[in-house]
Amino acid sequence: MRPFDYIRAEDPAAARSAAAGSNAAFLSGGTNLLDLMKLEVMAPDTVVDISRLGLDAIEDDGDGLRIGATATNSDLAADMRVRKHWPVLSRALLAGASGQLRNKATTGGNLLQRTRCPYFYDTDTPCNKRTPGEGCSAIGGETRNHAILGTSDHCIALHPSDMAVALRALDTTVEVEAADGTSKSYEMDDFYRLPGDTPHRETVLEAGDLITGVRLPAPKGDRQIYRKVRDRASYAFALVSVAAVIRMENGRIAHAALAFGGLGTKPWRDPDFDTLLTGEAPSRALFDEAADVLLGRAVSHGGDDFKIPMARRVLRAVLEEATQ
Amino acid sequence: MTLDLKVDGQSEDRAETYAQGILGTPEDRPDGHAKVSGAATYAADDLPEGCVFGMLVRAPGHGGVTVLNEDEVRGTAGVLAVIRDPRMIRNAAQGTANAAPVQGVDQADYIGQPVALVVAETAEAAQHAAQSLRLRTDGEAGPVNPDDVEAEGEPDTMGDLDAAMADAAHALDVVYTTPSMTSAPMEPHAAVAWWEGDRLTVRSALQMLKYNRNELADSLGIDPEHVRLLAPFVGGGFGSKLGISADAVAAAIAAQELGRPVRVVQHRRQVFETVTRRSETRQRIRLAADDRGRLTGIGHESLVSNLPDEAFSEPVSQATYFAYAGAHRVIGERLARLNRPASGSVRAPGEAVGVTTFECAMDELASEVGIDPVELRLRNIPDKDPHSGLPFSSHTLARSLNEGAARFGWADRPSSPRARREGEWWIGTGMAAAFRVNMMLEAEARITLTPDGAVVETDMTDIGTGTYAILTQIAGEALGLPVDRVDVRLGDTTYPPGSGSGGSFGAATTGNAVWLAAQEIRQAIAQRMNCAESDLTLKDGTAICGNTSRAVVELLDGASLEGHGHVTGGKAFQDVRQSTFGAHFAEVAVSDVTGEVRVRRMHGTFGAGRILNEKTARSQCHGGMTWGIGMALTENMVHDRRDGHIVNRDFAEYHMAVNADVPPLDVHFLDERDPWAGPLQAKGIGELGICGAGAAVINAIHHACGVRVRDLPATPDRVLAGLE
Ligand SMILES: Cc1cc2nc3c(=O)[nH]c(=O)nc-3n(C[C@H](O)[C@H](O)[C@H](O)COP(=O)(O)OP(=O)(O)OC[C@H]3O[C@@H](n4cnc5c(N)ncnc54)[C@H](O)[C@@H]3O)c2cc1C
Repeated sequence: MRPFDYIRAEDPAAARSAAAGSNAAFLSGGTNLLDLMKLEVMAPDTVVDISRLGLDAIEDDGDGLRIGATATNSDLAADMRVRKHWPVLSRALLAGASGQLRNKATTGGNLLQRTRCPYFYDTDTPCNKRTPGEGCSAIGGETRNHAILGTSDHCIALHPSDMAVALRALDTTVEVEAADGTSKSYEMDDFYRLPGDTPHRETVLEAGDLITGVRLPAPKGDRQIYRKVRDRASYAFALVSVAAVIRMENGRIAHAALAFGGLGTKPWRDPDFDTLLTGEAPSRALFDEAADVLLGRAVSHGGDDFKIPMARRVLRAVLEEATQ
Repeated sequence: MTLDLKVDGQSEDRAETYAQGILGTPEDRPDGHAKVSGAATYAADDLPEGCVFGMLVRAPGHGGVTVLNEDEVRGTAGVLAVIRDPRMIRNAAQGTANAAPVQGVDQADYIGQPVALVVAETAEAAQHAAQSLRLRTDGEAGPVNPDDVEAEGEPDTMGDLDAAMADAAHALDVVYTTPSMTSAPMEPHAAVAWWEGDRLTVRSALQMLKYNRNELADSLGIDPEHVRLLAPFVGGGFGSKLGISADAVAAAIAAQELGRPVRVVQHRRQVFETVTRRSETRQRIRLAADDRGRLTGIGHESLVSNLPDEAFSEPVSQATYFAYAGAHRVIGERLARLNRPASGSVRAPGEAVGVTTFECAMDELASEVGIDPVELRLRNIPDKDPHSGLPFSSHTLARSLNEGAARFGWADRPSSPRARREGEWWIGTGMAAAFRVNMMLEAEARITLTPDGAVVETDMTDIGTGTYAILTQIAGEALGLPVDRVDVRLGDTTYPPGSGSGGSFGAATTGNAVWLAAQEIRQAIAQRMNCAESDLTLKDGTAICGNTSRAVVELLDGASLEGHGHVTGGKAFQDVRQSTFGAHFAEVAVSDVTGEVRVRRMHGTFGAGRILNEKTARSQCHGGMTWGIGMALTENMVHDRRDGHIVNRDFAEYHMAVNADVPPLDVHFLDERDPWAGPLQAKGIGELGICGAGAAVINAIHHACGVRVRDLPATPDRVLAGLE
């Protein structure tokens, strides 16, 4: 770990200005940042602790919910409102990491957790995400859990979050306060960037931008499923995951919002996929056609070839269950 | 005086006649409270005055190593030294090597080889300085994939297997693969070293101190008599701490150079690379059988790998030689020399992977022949070792199979696959036999009996297995003392040399040395009682002979008695085939949607001679079976195809079975004594539980959903490939 300055901010404004310098990082639960700092994959000069800013509230927001950036994954998963109206979020959270980690991990930190690509973690192997322009070791390497959607010639790293997949299916917005005090809010799709030729820039955030919370609109579907396939029963990242929010009306799919984990360089959602389902009567043929739309765009790398047939099967099972 | 015993023949079961009644009972570990309360000090826990901190630096590539910024790093605040000493070792020594492994820092034979040590005033400064040291390597990767080289070795051949296969009513010819695996002890490898003049003391995480002392002394070029090793508590080993590892040698060198105590703890990511892994294997298994499933031929040929100059070769088919009858045989390993991290012993080297795959092949044969898998095994139990012709010391496979099947409820099983389904889950059951060779090494132990009780001393280790508990029980039983009057002291080379922990031989070997030491004291007490030792009863501190009964304290008369035991495995281990046996049963559910497998219940019945402590033995079997689940379903150390480096070097990405993967594990021990195994009539139990456990799971997957997975682990994608 490289020596760094530790600042415990007294209020959000102080936190933002302390972090406005070029190489600062906010410390929330620390479950990702500290690991990466120990390996010097991340080496901020300044660490600004935001865990005591009182940003942990989970509050009613009309028919929706506002979740503070430092609400822990455990608290959020256990919240009665979330369990009742947004169960896909609760399930996604509980499918992630372990009880101990979820007690520390926070909403903001979870959104910004970095990829688990092993070459990103290994400072002896080139990685464009870690050091722009250095090259990508994953391409041509061991690719069992890499992304097959949204990749570029510079990076095929997967976004590992479960929580963010559920949030994408729920049309969540991310609320940010910039270093200069202005507030911004982003749709999830706009919040995350595709790797392109700048895979080190994962979101639209600029130095000093603080996530203050996320806003969940009223649930648009009562049939909510989170299904995660992983290498062991617990404590493993998704190979494939699906978050589905569906509303049925008169035997037809009135609302379909599906988001995917384990597949994309960011929590994945494909508007064409949702559109194809909307207004239709559920059928095996429809589900397969939708899967073709989603997975027709996939590019796999050998080790992760299996994700395409796996995603197809899981998708079918989730849609069958959700539209029954 | 010493009571010496070379175990050449059968021993009488004296323990049966003793009165204390604490041998075999599920006693708590005397060290348990200290361990769970954090009071037990492991290698890196207790720092001598003035101790400084070292961090090993890994080679980022292959070939000649150059350091680019040594002066800069040396000049960093808090940094005391950058050490690149030719005596540093390339990888951990193999078990019982007794000499230094390959040494040197100028040439990296594998990625991850420790090629420097940075020492600083704090652990944090050392780690940062180690990460700041920039190294260049100038070599191309040598061969890193088993298929890229001509492998060494020829199999053993008996009869004509090809002809047997051609003539067989049922012939099976299949290839199984298992990946590299790591031992992953909870305590990382660590050492604290300090010198007093030319005397070196190292506290470290080690399994076999008597050998480790020689390995360390040889690495440093000093007299082993000048080295003292301490390892009173060791947080798991599983083979990875059999030999001296890079941290201990580097710490000793640095402590000498700096004239201060030095602590070196390997980072978890380093443990994956610098200590020995379980070799990947590719195993071709051929089985020829008659129409009733009786084997006429057995082929088991394996390709394994290791670094150049390592003596170890994964003995995959060690148990295949004696497991089943069948006259025509081709059995053995070929070794590919690769520039991957070194391979070596990991819990049940040989059987862990060899029995597992072989028992999968047996399941395939049972399907071929159309008989029950348990019945197939029963039909093929040999009456003597089919390879050597030696008699078995005892043979409990049939009993294990029958008792295990009854306890598990095997009889209700549908005979064909895909017969049970609950929602999307296919349910099936599978079984496998377990075999593990039984060995005895050499050990010494000393007991001092004082008015306060008995003190047992040996440099034997307790690597979490329960050695403190069982040696307490053995001494207490023989000397008629309750457990709280026996004080066992381990893990210090100033004590008599024990066997060390490894190969499941620790309990029986060192246990018998303790037993013999106690016998010597019994003889002295009998003399003071004026009776024959065989007529002496010792119980709760009282000596009884016929009508005479006296407190042992009185007999001691204020002084103490010393007993010294020395045991070696002899002809009983050469002229008789000794093995432990067992049977595993598993029930799994396989998702038809995702290919995910959940083990729902598991049972193991084991025959290992006298069980010395029912509780610690059971824990060993739980551990072994858990490893079996990991081997079957999740564990896979991935080497990058381009340069052989280990890609997944942490516990997030190297998947061991976690709690949620492990159902209640039911363990049953056969009531057995093996008179050939030494006076205690106990055999090894530390590894038997893993041997074949994974096969029961893999076979259950087939029974559940009809998919044969021959490339382990059976991850969801591999199961799904069969379901598609
Ligand atoms: C072994 C292991 C297994 C795991 N398994 C899973 C899994 O299965 N599924 C899953 O989804 N996750 C998993 N995780 C990841 C875990 O969910 C994340 O580590 C966690 O959510 C990160 O939250 P945190 O609060 O600890 O973030 P931190 O580590 O504190 O921060 C992460 C990043 O976000 C930045 N940051 C944090 N808060 C803010 C904010 N308010 N504004 C701006 N920037 C901010 C930090 O600067 C840092 O760059 C696992 C982690 C581990 C270690």
